[in-house]
Amino acid sequence: MATLNLPPLDSELITDPLEGSGPSSVRRFWRRFARHRLALVGLSILLILVLVSIFAPFLTSYSPTAPNLTQVLLPPSAAHPLGTDDLGRDVLARLMYGGRISFMVGFFSMIIATSIGVVWGATSGYLGGIWDRLMMRFVDLVMSFPAIFLLLVVLNLTGANASVALMILYLGLFGWTGLSRIVRSQVLSLKTQEYVEAARAQGSGTARILFKHVLPGAMAPVWVSAAFGVAGAMLAEASLDFLGFGLQPQIPSWGNMLDSAESYIVTHPLLILAPGLVITIAVVSINFVGDALRDALDPRSTAGMQRIG
Amino acid sequence: MTKYALQRVIEAIPLLFLVTLVTYFIMNLAPGGPLSMYLHNPHVTQSQIAVLAKQLGLNEPWYIRYFKWLWALLHGNWGYSYFSGQPVIQLIGQRLPNTLILMGSAFLVSLGLGIPLGIYSATHQYSTFDYTFSFLSFFAWAMPSFFFGLLLQMIFAVKLGWLPVAGMYSEFYPPSFLELLRHLVLPTMVLGLGSLAGWSRFMRSGILEVIRQDYIRTAKAKGLKQRTIILKHALKNALLPIVTIIGMDLPGFFGGAVITEEIFAWPGMGRLFLSALNDRDYPVQMAALLISAALLILGNLLADLAYGLLDPRIQYN
Repeated sequence: MATLNLPPLDSELITDPLEGSGPSSVRRFWRRFARHRLALVGLSILLILVLVSIFAPFLTSYSPTAPNLTQVLLPPSAAHPLGTDDLGRDVLARLMYGGRISFMVGFFSMIIATSIGVVWGATSGYLGGIWDRLMMRFVDLVMSFPAIFLLLVVLNLTGANASVALMILYLGLFGWTGLSRIVRSQVLSLKTQEYVEAARAQGSGTARILFKHVLPGAMAPVWVSAAFGVAGAMLAEASLDFLGFGLQPQIPSWGNMLDSAESYIVTHPLLILAPGLVITIAVVSINFVGDALRDALDPRSTAGMQRIG
Repeated sequence: MTKYALQRVIEAIPLLFLVTLVTYFIMNLAPGGPLSMYLHNPHVTQSQIAVLAKQLGLNEPWYIRYFKWLWALLHGNWGYSYFSGQPVIQLIGQRLPNTLILMGSAFLVSLGLGIPLGIYSATHQYSTFDYTFSFLSFFAWAMPSFFFGLLLQMIFAVKLGWLPVAGMYSEFYPPSFLELLRHLVLPTMVLGLGSLAGWSRFMRSGILEVIRQDYIRTAKAKGLKQRTIILKHALKNALLPIVTIIGMDLPGFFGGAVITEEIFAWPGMGRLFLSALNDRDYPVQMAALLISAALLILGNLLADLAYGLLDPRIQYN
């Protein structure tokens, strides 16, 4: 998968020698995070978008799915601030409910991908030897295929269009390889540290050492990559929708809205612009947050959003 | 260096072998199998199907079939499209060059614009240009490529009529290089935008990191011109991370090509693959998977070798 990462807007590595460590680390984290002004803007926008999609039923009385063939392709008006689509559904309502799908897909597939990536990478790095070689060759193998080809083949094999749960599962299953490499290299350097050897000398078991002592020190790039992972999965889902191999067409996702609006591009450009801009704004906001997380936690990391298309 | 190159090439071979194995495995998960189209045909009896299965070697264990398939593959026999009946290798031969033209064009534009823009941004750090460009590149990187493609199509092809809406050559004019270029402009922008944004950002931070180093200060102290310092001394070291990033970004180019070809009806591998998915044309799907993986492995190999050439600090044993 492409891991193209945008270095921080202010690319200087932020380190302040006067900052200590200890109980104030949360405050210190927040201070570093908040230095990234755009990330604060991004965080606020995200919060609004998420709240609006959660409380969609209270904010609009229109159904995102029920067609109304007497109200087809209406221009924006007081009743329909963004107009209606080709089946007479309120575009604003569909955008609000669509946010539920997009954020859900992004968030939960990130959880799956991150869990697999962390466990796989940590196990590989910690065990070393033949296990490490085998597990990393497997990662190489998965990464030899452009992710979109694998996703399309698998989506197509399991039927024409996926449910939300299946989409989450697939994006998670194909999105962990890059992270596993990062976690592995972190664990490789941490496992030779003295405190780890001390734990081993005390007779702690492998799993305990790995999960209690080594992994907590390797988590900085994981948080960064998780933030970008949400954005990447949301984009990937929208792209698959657009190609016609994504979610079932009746599901009101942002990608499906764009896909069905393609034929009205000339006559009703708003049908394209509205979902397109919302996806872009959501993804930019998450990326700003990811960027600030990197500045605050792991300035040297090269983690970034993975784009499949 | 030669030894290192050889070693990397040799390492790629088992990976390619595994890629064929995985591809074969995935395609054999496909429901029905090659004879499924006869199952509901009343003119084909059960015993005839059994004979066909035997003729096609479907009764043999999977590994025998795999090696037979691989052997045929290596001899250029890639099977026939279920849909059009054409030899798969011929279909690929028609489509692959078109995809390579599109990818090559996007690659050159991203690199050709991204590197100078990144350098300019770095040497004019905190200028209005730097801020504007940085901000825009975040949007460019976050925008879904199909949304960007539809916007371009709407503005430049439909509203303004400057450029063709889709296709590779016009129906009204004889195919010429100029026609190809006119058709290439919009798809190139769509496919190249993301990497242009990303690579220029990387170039910017690369230059910024390099120009703080001592040898650059020495060059400045010698009284060299800013231009010479950047282009002769800083650029070479700042290019190193870009090479790695380009290698990592290659899979995104494939995904981008599928989407771009779909929007602009570009007759390449991506569209061939999408229609093979719709038609359940497994031999073509398999070939597309294999070719894309092989190209990706090749691309990464080239990126590794380029890195080795650029960085004399790398030791080869």
